[in-house]
Amino acid sequence: MSYKAIILIGGQQHQHGSIFRPLSLDLPTPLFPVAGRPLVQHQIEVCLKVQAITEVLLIGCYNRGDTLDQFITSLQGKYPFKVRYLQEYNPMGLGTGGGLYHFRDQILATDPRGMFVFNCDVCCDFPLRDMIEFYESKPNSHVILGTTVNEKQSHHYGCIVTDPSHQVRHYVEKPETFVSNLINAGIYLLSPADFFSHIRSVYNIRAMHTIEYMNNGDSTMDEVTHVESISLEHDFLAKIAGSARLYVMELSRDRFWSQIKTAGCAIYASRFYLYTYRVSYPEMLSPNSSDTLQSDSNMGPCITGNVWIHSSAKVDTSAHLGPNVSIGANVVIASGVRVRESIVLDGARLERHSCVLYSVVGWNCRVGAWSRVEGMPNDPDADDPHARPNADALFDSEGRLLPSSTILGQGVSLAPEKMLLNCIVLPHKSLSATYKHQIIL
Amino acid sequence: MKALILVGGFGTRLRPLTLSMPKPLVEFANKPILIHQIEALTEVGVKHVILAISYMSDLLEKEIKVHEKRLGIQISFSHETEPMGTAGPLAVARKYLEGDDQPIFVLNSDVICNFPFKQLLSFHKVHGGEGTIVVTKVEEPSKYGVVLYDDNGKIEKFVEKPKEFVSNKINAGMYIFNTKILNRIELKPTSIEREIFPVMAKESQLFAYNMDSYWMDVGQPRDYLTGMCLYLNSLRESDPDQLSRGQLYTGDVLVDPSAILGEGCHIGPNVVVGPDVKIDDGVCISRSTVLKGAHIKSHSWVNSCVVGWKARIGQWVRMENICVLGEDVRVMDELYLNGALILPHKTITESIPEPHIIM
Repeated sequence: MSYKAIILIGGQQHQHGSIFRPLSLDLPTPLFPVAGRPLVQHQIEVCLKVQAITEVLLIGCYNRGDTLDQFITSLQGKYPFKVRYLQEYNPMGLGTGGGLYHFRDQILATDPRGMFVFNCDVCCDFPLRDMIEFYESKPNSHVILGTTVNEKQSHHYGCIVTDPSHQVRHYVEKPETFVSNLINAGIYLLSPADFFSHIRSVYNIRAMHTIEYMNNGDSTMDEVTHVESISLEHDFLAKIAGSARLYVMELSRDRFWSQIKTAGCAIYASRFYLYTYRVSYPEMLSPNSSDTLQSDSNMGPCITGNVWIHSSAKVDTSAHLGPNVSIGANVVIASGVRVRESIVLDGARLERHSCVLYSVVGWNCRVGAWSRVEGMPNDPDADDPHARPNADALFDSEGRLLPSSTILGQGVSLAPEKMLLNCIVLPHKSLSATYKHQIIL
Repeated sequence: MKALILVGGFGTRLRPLTLSMPKPLVEFANKPILIHQIEALTEVGVKHVILAISYMSDLLEKEIKVHEKRLGIQISFSHETEPMGTAGPLAVARKYLEGDDQPIFVLNSDVICNFPFKQLLSFHKVHGGEGTIVVTKVEEPSKYGVVLYDDNGKIEKFVEKPKEFVSNKINAGMYIFNTKILNRIELKPTSIEREIFPVMAKESQLFAYNMDSYWMDVGQPRDYLTGMCLYLNSLRESDPDQLSRGQLYTGDVLVDPSAILGEGCHIGPNVVVGPDVKIDDGVCISRSTVLKGAHIKSHSWVNSCVVGWKARIGQWVRMENICVLGEDVRVMDELYLNGALILPHKTITESIPEPHIIM
């Protein structure tokens, strides 16, 4: 009884990466490090929880030999299951369903009993074993993981209406009006045979249309490839809703879920991933200052809460880090530096007495002495039990930059004694003044 | 010789500092503003200073007694029961001012400069007129009352807030008068600038003494800090030994010997640190005054602020753009304050990213 997991990682052609700018300008979004590991690696490692998963397949448009491909290759032999990258070559993208269909033979090899499908931008306390149990109890059906958001946020997601037996009665992607606050969490457990037979019928209809277009001679190659694009959400979930083959398993409210669309969400997600280290691999985190013996207190920097520091980073003993801080490789943190709720990427340098709060400091950035880099917390509204972090808009209706994390692209340098508050700075800028609530091109 | 200092009211423009301390006692470069003036007057032989004041303050009277004794002069209070304008207080204080033929100095209490009283006195004696106004050059005369005078200093005209440029010399708020002026002033609210001076000018009794020194009316926080910079700058010329020197200091810095500074601080340029102030390691302060007994914790950054008495600022705090912290204000760690005016005894637990008054 084997299972497979497929992670849809998208690629350059996908629109989704753009909201992760300026960081995705330098690195594929799936490789963005949260809590010291690429986002996609967190998803791969979730599969370690289920012994029955024999293979993890990543489907996307990143070129062979690129950083993403190299990263996947580097994982070979690391896990009890195989990890492979399957590249879509279609320049328009095959869509979430089309990509799966294109690689159906690879997926169906060894005849898996079920296939997990993860959207790469989901950070979650994946309840994979619960999903298998649920799936086994509903023969020949598909399971969507559902979660709740507030009414306003529901318009940005796939909305689900269920009956008391958890069957999906109705599914609609990003509705304009309110349909349901139960939404598609971007994690599925699908029955392979039924799924592919459904997609095949969609594909065949599309192919017939394509032939008609071509025979009429009024079609370009782009349109042909476009009809090949099949959406998992529109062409599968929305179609089979109400057919008694689609069920929702709702993620319990105490389990973490967030979509990581903007770099600001990464800080929120990082808090969860660091927490999982605390539970499962506490040795990966830096010991808290209060945990160490008093005689050792001069030995290292002051650490509060969950903090991950790469072994090659140099952190002065007078610095204070945490909670929720990740420090990348070869980072230099000088004396008297404060970092809280932030991600500092490889090679960055924080000069003495600088202060970094709710920010992502990009690769090889330099923050001058006594400078302050500050973003706004992106936490969901604590008073709204259904709220999730806002992940979509960067601007309000009047065009002002919404409060969010401050993001410094690669190689940005900030002069001493300056401040960046709620800013997004594109790569390689040298800033010698204070900026607030701006995108700095 | 005698001098009248127009202390006036509550100093609302310098709140929140003046909620804890009468304005004349608020320290400017570690010395009450008023004492800068009284000491300068004492140096040119003034033996009796009268403070024209519209409120009662035990604290002020007690403090003044100390200086009275120290300087060996007489200091009297002339209380107004109602606002008397800028001339009325002379009439109220008439009983103190009359009696000898020596000219009297009259000063606005918020003015800070080199106080060239000796030159003023000789200029006054030479021209023989009834009064002399100190004038000073400013960059933006349109904000002030401009004084027009001839080559001998005889004043021809006053123009209040001129829209078109006529002159860049303005009334600096410091005067010297013969006692005869008292005959011109009735016991009622009167403006010396609008009601007395024009008449005297018409009678060719009023002259202008042009002062080359720096000058600032320090009655509000922004000008207080500008005045502080000018004062420290002039101290470098006149009495450089008063300025602090050392590895931690950049530019003109005045630090009271009782202040304790940590390692790796960067203090200056243009900083005044008062007595019993404690500044922890790695603090960076520029263009600011830290008043008596305040405590600034490690790694904080302070620019263009007045930190009130006994205020406590946490670690990694950033304060800028004319923040004024009242007495005993507490600012928690890692906050950002931009142009915040904080009333005494408040505890600040959230950043203030835009200028605000915190009640």
